[in-house]
Amino acid sequence: MRILISLVSGALFGLGLIISGMTDTKKVQGWLDIFGEWDPTLAFVMGGAMLPMVIAWKATQVRTPLTADKFPAANTAGIDRDLIIGSVFFGIGWGLAGLCPGPAIASLSFGGSSGVVFASAMIIGMLSTRRLQTFFSKTENTPKTLP
Amino acid sequence: MFKTTDRRIWIENLAFVSALFIAPMLFVRPLNIGPTHASENVIVVAIAGLAVGFGTRLANGCTSGHGVCGISRFSLRGIAATMAYILAGAVSVVVFKHLLGAI
Repeated sequence: MRILISLVSGALFGLGLIISGMTDTKKVQGWLDIFGEWDPTLAFVMGGAMLPMVIAWKATQVRTPLTADKFPAANTAGIDRDLIIGSVFFGIGWGLAGLCPGPAIASLSFGGSSGVVFASAMIIGMLSTRRLQTFFSKTENTPKTLP
Repeated sequence: MFKTTDRRIWIENLAFVSALFIAPMLFVRPLNIGPTHASENVIVVAIAGLAVGFGTRLANGCTSGHGVCGISRFSLRGIAATMAYILAGAVSVVVFKHLLGAI
């Protein structure tokens, strides 16, 4: 049952992304071009996606899910360094190519070789994140002089 | 290799991503969806992909996770992340498009 729900959700998400224009990199870059020739239309896609989600989150407050014990709780970590640095890296890449992870997968079948290169690099980036994090935390914590 | 719950979640995630790939493949022609207009420059696309992959993983979310799912539950983390990546994206377009002409 959970696998079926995952399949239907993924398909709906994919169709929504291609219909709304989120897989058109020129449109995405036009939306991010706030300081140039700004194309505000994609704001309606994000706003339109948030509206049903506001209602959905409200509905989860008084209900229990059919196929799990509870709905996912919000992350209580607060605004930390990783959140902001990660988002800045993501934003730079998003502006540079006009693709974010969902549309990158949704357009993989018709995006040509550029789409394949982007998705491959994205997956390499995702897989190396934890390794880079442990590497940097190790070098930061290494005492400079021995006690 | 996996614990049973990890394995189950992994299969569910795989089902989600597979459908996210397959549904557009089947409907791109019937729905008359245009091309992605992605850059042909392999280096630009590869660097962008690395930044997007690393950034979403470090920040624990992207446009969908922080933007759509986070803001809709009025999460401060979601709002902060969305402001950070939209601002970084806007600056990125200014630098790479208007200043360097790379895209």
